[in-house]
Amino acid sequence: MTALLPLEEAISRYVHDGDTIALEGFTHLIPFAAGHEIIRQRRKSLTLARMTPDLIYDQLIGAGCVRKLVFSWGGNPGVGSLHRFRDAVENDWPVPLEIEEHSHAGMANRYVAGASGMPFAVMKGYAGTSLPANTQNVSFIECPFTGESVTAVAALRPDVGIIHAQRADRRGNVQLWGIVGVQVEVVLASARTIVTVEEVVDELDARPFDRVIPSMKVDAVCHVPGGARPSYALGYYERDNDAYLAWDDISSDRARFLEWIESEVLVPH
Amino acid sequence: MDRIGSPGAALKVRSAALERWTSDEIMTIVGSRSIRDGSSCFVGIGIPSTVVNLARATHAPNVTLIYESGPIGAKPQVLPLSIGDGELSATADTVVSIPEMFNYWLQGGNIDMGYLSAAQIDRLANLNSTVIGSRYADPTVRLPGAGGAPNVAAFCKAVTVIMRHQSRAFVRAVDFVTSVGFGPTDGYRESLGLTGRGPTTVITDLGILEPDPHHRELTLVAVHPGVTVDMVRDRTQWELRVADDIGETSPPTETELEAVRSLVHAGSTS
Repeated sequence: MTALLPLEEAISRYVHDGDTIALEGFTHLIPFAAGHEIIRQRRKSLTLARMTPDLIYDQLIGAGCVRKLVFSWGGNPGVGSLHRFRDAVENDWPVPLEIEEHSHAGMANRYVAGASGMPFAVMKGYAGTSLPANTQNVSFIECPFTGESVTAVAALRPDVGIIHAQRADRRGNVQLWGIVGVQVEVVLASARTIVTVEEVVDELDARPFDRVIPSMKVDAVCHVPGGARPSYALGYYERDNDAYLAWDDISSDRARFLEWIESEVLVPH
Repeated sequence: MDRIGSPGAALKVRSAALERWTSDEIMTIVGSRSIRDGSSCFVGIGIPSTVVNLARATHAPNVTLIYESGPIGAKPQVLPLSIGDGELSATADTVVSIPEMFNYWLQGGNIDMGYLSAAQIDRLANLNSTVIGSRYADPTVRLPGAGGAPNVAAFCKAVTVIMRHQSRAFVRAVDFVTSVGFGPTDGYRESLGLTGRGPTTVITDLGILEPDPHHRELTLVAVHPGVTVDMVRDRTQWELRVADDIGETSPPTETELEAVRSLVHAGSTS
């Protein structure tokens, strides 16, 4: 049964030091508020999985919460580099960061395998690239029917999957629409799940291209309006592109970054 | 006294051309001309997105734009800053999940053209967007990584690469193969299970390169107005082959220049 919990309590109950956590949201519906709560509770040695680490993982990495990053595209979309991620990879600051990188298709299929209860997923790709030689969890197998070589990627099963969505009803059914990314897959692949939402309503009415995740797979719903800012929630607010542009400057310097984390995340608003 | 063909004359032509358009503008315009109306295009963010949206605004109104974040048939009025801007899903014919996009639509072989950029490209059109430097664990520069690019290069029916022609980018061999171009032998791509034809065109701010039909090495087939073959050679780290019948791209028309300059970019605060 889904519990309607304050975000602070949901993170404290479900996210532990050393866990593998996936906070997903492909540009849209990124659970920034949940990530900030993890920083405030000073979780350590996390393995973070996410297709596009984005600003939220740059912040978690810079804050020293992360031991390992599993990802497929680590930039500031449309702007450039993630400076905290690069500083961790290139200079071990603030702590060394182990990385495991994939293609988007590989990450998506790893979640699909996790959601399907399979040890791995079968796909094409990776062959001929430099990725398999530098990345765990990719291998090649022979198709038992045709004999052709296909690619296997190991299932990804996070301890905790965290997403943001537009709405939930009071029973904990979650509704999202617009770009849905791998939100459904990560919820189904994870052992425990937290969903932050813009709104809690009595009844969910249909929206174009929407998906509803039934409450049976949702452990906690947290009512956090604006919880995806500066990314966006279609129908509620737009992406704050200026914040993404400004992050380039804030994150390029360690001292400035630490001041920002102190004033914008650690000090409760 | 200048004679036609003297270095002085060439320089004059070049500067006159650049007064009328920037090197990014001609790259974008020539790129957009290559897009067939009615085709389906898998679009990366940045220059590729600008190129395809310019085509949609000019000669290819019926192009189907597909962004890796899920929108199919997106019709943005404002050029997106990111691959998942709300503008893309709000104007799309449908929005699919990421596994559906990559497995069914892309790997399934349903998309005509892919548009890619990269930090490095080599003579066999292999692309690098992962790390600069020979040691993966200790790179000189850490780049964003693969994203959707390897699968676009593998499974779109054909791929156009669009990138600025700089010496540090046009290298003998890429430091890291993020996306596969061509190999040393016939049937290389097929042996890897890659069903698309791969990078069939490379459009830069200096000209157009295509893989040679026999040895697959990228060959200069056209230069933009005011650009010389020597300029392209200077900015290419391998011994560049030049087509016998090398052509010159036609200069941008007033209509094309007006269209490229009127595209509105998201995130521009002005």
